[in-house]
Amino acid sequence: MTNPARRLPPNESAVTEPAALPDATPVTLNEDVLIDDARRLEMTWRDGGGLWGWLTTVDHKVIARRYIITAFLMFIAGGLEAGMMRMQLARPENTFLGPDRYNQIFTTHGTTMMFLFAVPIMTAMGLYFVPLMVGARSIAFPRLNAFGYYTYLMGVIFLYVSLFLNMAPDAGWTAYVPLSGPEYSPGHRVDVWAQLVTFTEIAALAAAVNIIVTTFKMRAPGMSLNRIPLFVWAQLVVAFMIIFAMPAVAIASTLQLASDRAIATHWFNPAEGGDALLWQHIFWFFGHPEVYIIFLPGLGFITPIVETFCRRRVFGYTAIVLSNITTGFFAFGLWVHHMFATPIPELGQSLFTAASMMIAIPTGVQIFCWLVTMFSGRPRLTTAMVLILGFFITFVNGGLTGVMLASVGFDKQVHDTFFVVAHLHYVLLGGAVTPLFAAFYFWFPKVTGRLMNETLGKWQAWLFIIGVNLTFFPMHILGLNGMPRRIYTYLSQTGWGPLNALVSAGAVIIVVSVTLFIVNAAMSWRSGLLAGANPWDSYGLEWATPSPAPSYNFLNTPVVLGRHPLWDTGSPLPVVTGLRTDRREVLVTTTFDAQPDHRHKHPTASIWPLIMALVMAELWIGSIFTPWAVLGGVGLTLLCMLGWGWQSTAETDVERVATEGRIVEAA
Amino acid sequence: MARGPRCVEHARRASRRVASGILAVAVAGCAGSQNVLDPAGPPNRSVNHLFWAMLIVSSIIWVAVVVAALWALISRRRRTREDLEPVVIVPNERHRREVGIVTGLVGATVVILLLFLVYDFTVGRALAERPSRTLTIELIGHQWWWEVHYIDPDPSKLMVDANELHIPAGEPVQVKLSSQDVIHSFWVPNIIGKRDLIPGYTSSLFLDADKPGVYHAQCAEFCGLEHAKMALPVIVHSRADFTAWLAEARSPAAEPSDSSAAEGKKIFLAGTCSSCHAVTGVEAYGTIGPNLTHIGSRRTIAAGTLPNTRGNLGGWIVDPQSIKPGARMPSNQLAGKDLRNLIDYLETLK
Amino acid sequence: MCSRSDQWSVLGGRWSAVSVMTAVALLLLGCERENRRFSENPPTASPTASALVVSQLQPGPAVVRPQVEAPYDDNAWAVSEGKMLFNAMNCSGCHFQGGGGIGPPLMDAEWIYGSEPDQVFSSIADGRPNGMPAWKYKLSTQQIWELVSYVRSLSSLIPKGARNGRDDHMMTKPPESSTPQTKPKMASTPPEDD
Repeated sequence: MTNPARRLPPNESAVTEPAALPDATPVTLNEDVLIDDARRLEMTWRDGGGLWGWLTTVDHKVIARRYIITAFLMFIAGGLEAGMMRMQLARPENTFLGPDRYNQIFTTHGTTMMFLFAVPIMTAMGLYFVPLMVGARSIAFPRLNAFGYYTYLMGVIFLYVSLFLNMAPDAGWTAYVPLSGPEYSPGHRVDVWAQLVTFTEIAALAAAVNIIVTTFKMRAPGMSLNRIPLFVWAQLVVAFMIIFAMPAVAIASTLQLASDRAIATHWFNPAEGGDALLWQHIFWFFGHPEVYIIFLPGLGFITPIVETFCRRRVFGYTAIVLSNITTGFFAFGLWVHHMFATPIPELGQSLFTAASMMIAIPTGVQIFCWLVTMFSGRPRLTTAMVLILGFFITFVNGGLTGVMLASVGFDKQVHDTFFVVAHLHYVLLGGAVTPLFAAFYFWFPKVTGRLMNETLGKWQAWLFIIGVNLTFFPMHILGLNGMPRRIYTYLSQTGWGPLNALVSAGAVIIVVSVTLFIVNAAMSWRSGLLAGANPWDSYGLEWATPSPAPSYNFLNTPVVLGRHPLWDTGSPLPVVTGLRTDRREVLVTTTFDAQPDHRHKHPTASIWPLIMALVMAELWIGSIFTPWAVLGGVGLTLLCMLGWGWQSTAETDVERVATEGRIVEAA
Repeated sequence: MARGPRCVEHARRASRRVASGILAVAVAGCAGSQNVLDPAGPPNRSVNHLFWAMLIVSSIIWVAVVVAALWALISRRRRTREDLEPVVIVPNERHRREVGIVTGLVGATVVILLLFLVYDFTVGRALAERPSRTLTIELIGHQWWWEVHYIDPDPSKLMVDANELHIPAGEPVQVKLSSQDVIHSFWVPNIIGKRDLIPGYTSSLFLDADKPGVYHAQCAEFCGLEHAKMALPVIVHSRADFTAWLAEARSPAAEPSDSSAAEGKKIFLAGTCSSCHAVTGVEAYGTIGPNLTHIGSRRTIAAGTLPNTRGNLGGWIVDPQSIKPGARMPSNQLAGKDLRNLIDYLETLK
Repeated sequence: MCSRSDQWSVLGGRWSAVSVMTAVALLLLGCERENRRFSENPPTASPTASALVVSQLQPGPAVVRPQVEAPYDDNAWAVSEGKMLFNAMNCSGCHFQGGGGIGPPLMDAEWIYGSEPDQVFSSIADGRPNGMPAWKYKLSTQQIWELVSYVRSLSSLIPKGARNGRDDHMMTKPPESSTPQTKPKMASTPPEDD
């Protein structure tokens, strides 16, 4: 590696006093010892072979990779559904899809994208990279992680089997009552939706808990809170948001809607004291934070990419951290802006107008910080940076239409029209998916050991940016021209035909772009240029280990002396030794200053997560058909918990010993 | 890698072309009878002004941010081809200037948002006023048609209609909205923003149009299978015309004079029609379908789906499921002559 | 005898056959409940001819009545349309919500004119003595079949998956999906007015 600055920039020195660490007697490690350790660690941490090893793995990288691949398949499925919708809407009074089929398709599109693609892929990026970025050997609760994935997978299978059985939900991804209630949605379609939410919610909670505990308790020594990478900060805030938001939708869908439909409760029955608006409140209390849960990780991807390719430590680290926290917090105070057309008192609505406009400020802060970073850095226009430019082009547009939508008078005109469809796709595709693609290009070498092709990548990036804008910009105009949402067709005298045709044409460009990405990823996985440990000369701890990372992540736990470890201290990093290699051990550190606290014996592979996921899947799916499945399912779940806990307890071994490690500089 | 700047130049030119194309389309999309941007009354005009103000400011901000990003990427890009640049160290004075710039930008953001907020609150307060009005209309949403009641203090003057709304120009009309089944939303873009029809709630909307004409409203909350085909024309009459229209509409249906229409009336009463539809003054009291007392003078049938012509009416009666699959109206197999007589009768129901 | 690989291939073959059969079975089972049958004319095939036979006694050797399938007994959407019609056509005016009043109860196990689909169809379409109107000129055949399945659901004679949940009105009785199935029996005379 070329010579990174070993002195810290003047404006960072105040916060980067090295934390007090035990005796730092520099010792150079013997290379033979290192090789031997590597071999033993590999044997300790690797998965078993065959089908059994595949099913019982608890390696966070393997599970996160599965999450990412499954979620990307869901992106493609959702995209195909969108393609079908666009084919139907390309012409007025088209007959490609009838109303029943169209309603199922648009509902499945929304449900897939929101529940089965966006949240899982963002949490998966966290599950893969957070342990690597904080210097941990593993994630905090590996078996819980596996359980989360299997539960998510059951949800995917459940929804898509239902789609092929003509049982896909058809009341929109928001499933407003009374339309989604027992009287107006007969059959089990909406029950599938309600239970799908349960699967995805459990998986998200499992991931959130993992990320929080890993970030707080398993960081590399010296990585105090103000040295945590901004990617990890974003994931941390999102994890807290998941914990507060997901229970709301679980209550609304699993408890209330499902029970209204199955056992005749009256949560949403106005004639018996219930309220149709209650659904909207509870759903959107989850629903608005949900979109920030999807969007904030995207912002977390941008900072390391901008820093690396502009060769400058980001301006305003503290401002960005506080922005993330503020956004996460205020996201819970915006939900009524989805309900401005309902008979809610105007004073209340005004409060939410103010909050909805105010939340643009923290996001604006982050954008200004990045712009300044770019201006005072030396940008290099790789594919990832092209996509970051795409973020500026697309997301800022969406954010501004969001501020417009915060106004009650204007919102009442364009609520539930294609204007809102345009806005939401601009912010989600521009603010989350575009940075996600950038993150793929950036971290693909770390995951696979190979670089993605830059030429194909640049083509894909530009096509994606152009495609998204061409597809969704005309929708603003369509909304203003009177076109409501969720309609399976429209009359030709409305004059919406030409713009709709343009939109459908733009969608083709997006398809081409995503196909290019898949081709690029597949080709590069097999035969891309070999990347080393740190092909971009980036600064994070994940780049301090070989690509792809070995099963034990780090040979020895690195010690962190600044926000940008590899840039501040250079490679090779100082490390802490002393973790055992004959069993799975992780270093647990203190929350604020990441002082080593104790060594913790970590769980090995186990089949219980899979069994538990299967049992709970049976519980949720069975409950649609008969309430007795709940009793049986709960009993079986308790038995599974018993089995799982038994295995865990037998293995647990907490040694609160003083850390034996010493700070060394590996030779 | 050296293609970088050329690519950006291409993109700039292409995006300019696309932008002008879009502008052309956009300008064309500023007029129409189902269009937010073609206001027909003072409330919508003020919302339009708010929209344009926000749009102009937002466009400026967007252009500024994108230009800044492009400028940074182009002007500051690495011109040398050395592999890995050292990390930039920003000297303190530059850093302080950057702090100043960002603080200034954040301050500007706050100020702009506050201005938006104040403007919005002003518009909102004006919209929220409860003007005095002379006319109250009840609009009841069904899957997938609209029931309209013209209320009068004298109950005998209650007029029930369906799938078409008539209001006078120049005075605010209170529309009371409720639903019989699921959530619908009444939205007539030219006149005012939408309001949801929620079962269990009665909400109010004030229509204040000053330009007579025919506008289109459409259901704007997903309500099931035929949400796409639940529209209604909103006809704004001048005051005098409206009084005349209402007086005419309040009178019960006249006896059909011509024999084919009389035959048609017999078919209407003896067959399946009267079990779902009502006609004032005749022994048809069905309430699950739209009231047909004025079907003959409506501009559209099937809740705004088809223009009201003989052919369309015949097709709708015989096979509504092929036009609006899922609608609650069953097929009616009628012989040709019977169908013609029935249509003759319906046409007399003006 | 079989080598290991042979066993696996046989098993693989068996497993894939099993999974395909399961999928097909699921497909056949799941489909009908969720179908929305918009425009069709289900068979009426002179159900009235056989429907009038309400006595279980037959002279001579017993002749099995031809079974007429109710087209919508498995179809949840059609049964919910039937419920909508039940209230819209004011069936509830005489039969209330199945409890009976002016008309006989429909949610109990006693059927005066038979509980078979064609018998119920005939009761609705042709009318019955003592006050049941004839609906065949006022409702389409499809609508009457929807009502048939709904009326049968009141005593839970149709599969659980197709029966309605609670409606969004005041609750007068448990929804049909939670009522236990009854075994229909013929009542000898119409119920007396007390």
